[in-house]
Amino acid sequence: MTDLASLKYTDQHEWVALSGDVATVGITDYAADKLGDVVFVELPAVGSTVTAGEVCGEIESTKSVGELYAPVTGEVVEVNDAVVDDPASVNGDAFAAWLVKIQVDPADVDALLDRAAYVALTGGDA
Amino acid sequence: MTGFADRHIGTDADAQAIMLNALGYPTVDALMERAVPASIHAAPVADSAIPEAATEAEALAELRDLAAQNRPARSLIGLGYYDTLTPSVIARNIFENPSWYTAYTPYQPEISQGRLEALINFQTMVTDFTGLATAGASMLDEATAVVEGMLVARRASKSASNVFLVDADALPQTKALLHHRAAALGIEIQEVPFAPTPSPPVVERAQRVETPETPAPSATPTPVVERAQRVETPTAFGAFIQYPGATGRVWDPSEVIAAVQAQGGLAVVAADLLSLTLLRSPGSLGADIVVGTTQRFGVPMGFGGPHAGYMAVRAGLERQLPGRLVGVSQDAVGKPAYRLSLQTREQHIRREKATSNICTAQVLLAVMASMYAVYHGPDGLRAIAMDVAKKAHLLRDWIVAAGGEVAHAEFFDTIVVRVPGRACAIIDRARERGFQLWFRDTDEVGISVDETTTIGELIALARVFGATDATMPGVFGAGDAFGWTAVQPLLAAAEVNLPASLVREDEFLTHPVFHVHHSETAMMRYLKQLADRDYALDRGMIPLGSCTMKLNAATEMAAVSWPEFARVHPFAPAEDVAGYLVLIEQLESWLAEITGYDAVSLQPNAGSQGELAGLLAIRGFHRSRGDEQRDVCLIPSSAHGTNAASAVLAGMRVVVVACDEAGNVDLGDLRAKIEAHADALAALMITYPSTHGVYEQDVVDITAAVHDAGGQVYVDGANMNALVGFARFGDLGGDVSHLNLHKTFAIPHGGGGPGVGPVAAKAHLAPFLPSHPLAQRAEHAGGYVFDGGPVSAAPYGSASILPISWAYIRMMGAAGLREATASAVLAANYIAARLREHYPVLYAGEGGLVAHECILDLRPLKEATGVTVDDVAKRLIDYGFHAPTMSFPVAGTLMVEPTESEDLGEIERFIEAMIAIRAEADRVQAGEWPASDNPLVNAPHTAETVVASEWSHPYSRETAVYPVHSLVRTKYWPPVRRIDNAYGDRNLLCACPPVEAFA
Repeated sequence: MTDLASLKYTDQHEWVALSGDVATVGITDYAADKLGDVVFVELPAVGSTVTAGEVCGEIESTKSVGELYAPVTGEVVEVNDAVVDDPASVNGDAFAAWLVKIQVDPADVDALLDRAAYVALTGGDA
Repeated sequence: MTGFADRHIGTDADAQAIMLNALGYPTVDALMERAVPASIHAAPVADSAIPEAATEAEALAELRDLAAQNRPARSLIGLGYYDTLTPSVIARNIFENPSWYTAYTPYQPEISQGRLEALINFQTMVTDFTGLATAGASMLDEATAVVEGMLVARRASKSASNVFLVDADALPQTKALLHHRAAALGIEIQEVPFAPTPSPPVVERAQRVETPETPAPSATPTPVVERAQRVETPTAFGAFIQYPGATGRVWDPSEVIAAVQAQGGLAVVAADLLSLTLLRSPGSLGADIVVGTTQRFGVPMGFGGPHAGYMAVRAGLERQLPGRLVGVSQDAVGKPAYRLSLQTREQHIRREKATSNICTAQVLLAVMASMYAVYHGPDGLRAIAMDVAKKAHLLRDWIVAAGGEVAHAEFFDTIVVRVPGRACAIIDRARERGFQLWFRDTDEVGISVDETTTIGELIALARVFGATDATMPGVFGAGDAFGWTAVQPLLAAAEVNLPASLVREDEFLTHPVFHVHHSETAMMRYLKQLADRDYALDRGMIPLGSCTMKLNAATEMAAVSWPEFARVHPFAPAEDVAGYLVLIEQLESWLAEITGYDAVSLQPNAGSQGELAGLLAIRGFHRSRGDEQRDVCLIPSSAHGTNAASAVLAGMRVVVVACDEAGNVDLGDLRAKIEAHADALAALMITYPSTHGVYEQDVVDITAAVHDAGGQVYVDGANMNALVGFARFGDLGGDVSHLNLHKTFAIPHGGGGPGVGPVAAKAHLAPFLPSHPLAQRAEHAGGYVFDGGPVSAAPYGSASILPISWAYIRMMGAAGLREATASAVLAANYIAARLREHYPVLYAGEGGLVAHECILDLRPLKEATGVTVDDVAKRLIDYGFHAPTMSFPVAGTLMVEPTESEDLGEIERFIEAMIAIRAEADRVQAGEWPASDNPLVNAPHTAETVVASEWSHPYSRETAVYPVHSLVRTKYWPPVRRIDNAYGDRNLLCACPPVEAFA
């Protein structure tokens, strides 16, 4: 079970796990629930640079298309092909279905929201 | 005498008395007095342009008079429009069949399997012909499809360039549209003559017979010129190629395509579908995107439309496809079922992030074109194409034998004849003999042969170019029996000259559906089977909010099939279409009066296109006054997504204005946004009545605030059915609006198109309304001349269905139109009043009244019982209804619009069903049925389900399919259970599944 309190969050409903200088990013179960059945995921290319706050991918459900925003700036070192092949896994366990791994400055991750702040952001629904 | 209004309006005086009684109003006028804000009540128009209501017989007689003013002629103008033989079985069983033309867009796929299958056939036909992976369910026309192709190329290309290359030999209307649409988006168009020069010379024909009287042909045989091996194209994000060219030329574009792709661009090719039976597919030549029209597959030219365009894309670009896409999924018990796929791509979901504003298709015409292919099959289509090509080549041979010079040696159906200085004389001579040819310029004339061209016509045409009996050996004079017999072998022997590298060799239309319906009996039954699967207005009410599913009267539809309206080319000379021009002028003036505007253009062929045209007019207006910086468009959060998408395509920046809890525009936020963007403010877009079905009180204040800041007001006319005769957009402060003739003005929805979206504006915007380079006349009703650039391929859009709205207004008269509006508002309020205690009604205006539609809030029901809006919509199918609009403008609600055409009996049947469904939901809440197994969550129920020997549900079979006893006699049986949407989007399949899938 993922320890939700150890993760960082963004106001775009992403979670970030930091290990050394690699940040692993996914979307929260709150976001997955709001999206509905995820049918397609588009991720940035490995080796490309993403910029904090800018769109770097897409998550499409039967009801809507959600933008994936880069939570921090850095180079994409790995993307989760398993999720691209089986987008429904995001609805299964959003915290296990990571999307991208980015090489970052750890300080940027520390500056993100903690669990309490994220729960407050969602009005307690997260 | 029963007037037409009494046939159109479903509730008579007695019924209305009952409804008024339930609402507590003495008369309908009293109701409207209360519902419509006093500040916008319009006084009756003095000197009305709208005549007193005609009877159906009188209207038909007037239409016959107008038809008689059109001079039918054999059109050989080509340029994307060709005469064609509509198989009678298709004309009678689809075009003239309300089961097909009164259906709506297949948003409830369980009750739309018939037309969805026809659209899958269409998509399969297009992918087979084009050689690409995925095709959509139809575009609005070829020229707009090319524009959409350009937009896809822009999105998908990695190139940083803003240049789009355009074939110099493209259709003229396509070029005009590309220039106009590109300008608003900062795209630079460069025209390039892609076809290699020189054109291969005329090659000697083996069968040209020389007699002593025949002069030797002037051209001497020369070897075919070596093509340049290396092709280079300017840097661009994409290029557009016409295949074959507008001049008829067939040349191999694969090198040009490769050159464009080598520097990161995408290749868009427009291809003539009939030629693709003989020519290699553009996909096999490397094209990324292929577009075109399907008009010549049995759909009449109709003075420009309606026709189904098409777009196909290579693998990887499916999610970039604009418009509708039909896919295969499965239902709740695993049976294959069709649905609209990837709907999240559509503009009404993506809003300002949408890549196109297209919100409809041309379904009825796509169905017809697909059935033409089903009926003829690949062999039949190839035979038609070969016949066309041989006739064109025989004509060319005769013209050359008479000393004429034909531009290209390799062509399919079109030739350009060089007649320096004599083009006018040739055109006139042809016209005297009943032919319309293409006047390219003073030195060149174009001729396109089509499916209907006869040998006698070929002979007559050849004579126009100086051919004589001497130069046409074997032909003994036009029209005599000996002539025919002699010409047949000549035709059979005619050599079709196509580049060897482009001769098609692969199989196409291999799916069995294109091989098994070739007898008329089989075809008729196939069409009936498909129609029987669908729920259209000929079965029951379709209370879709904002769609205005009113009666499409038989008399209104009659004239559309008449040859004087149907077999007319959009670029025919003005003197040949005088009747059309009169009808168009009358309709423009009537719509101007109804809307309180000055000028009307009927050119846009969908509401979204009318919207775009209106916003482009605003853009043009500001730029003409030196206000290029005005590019901000304010749009309320409650607006339909198309508004935002259209604004983006008009080169504007979207800023959202908040709405209050009542769903009305928040005046405070509006003022703040106006101030924040003051000098950059271009426009405000509002819908009136609002998308929530409310006559907003503050509308005059809202429009004034925008004008004070230098902006223009766009009023979305989607909800006009609540206004006609009572209020006018022009009086509310509107500067420009679009209308939906397929909603308010009785054009049928066709199962998802055709639509007509005229744009109407005040005089100051008239100069910026859509023009067209090939329009017969520059002037419109009121003497206005438009100069805004085209938004459709044809000058008057889908002209052949304009007689429908003409007839509707003519037979209702101003008084009848007013009555219709009042009846629509009364019906919506009656439903709201009767259902209010079962479902909260969201939003109301003065006196607790709604406009022509009401929103039922199903969110409390979900909270209390777990039953969702989807469950209710699908359960309504079991009760014999098409659901109201789901989750627009508010998620979790149903928006109900009965229209004026429903009678009280049907309205009561709907109310009864909704009340019964509420009771069923209560039983779930009470625990009588489990949340996972009840009539609602299992809806809809098929015959197969209830007939099966095993029945393990906690409710009876009777409850499942006959929840109301009257259904025993009138039951509509859905062919499939609830369709799995996620499965369909995860496993995208957009072509005909193999036959075994349905075993």
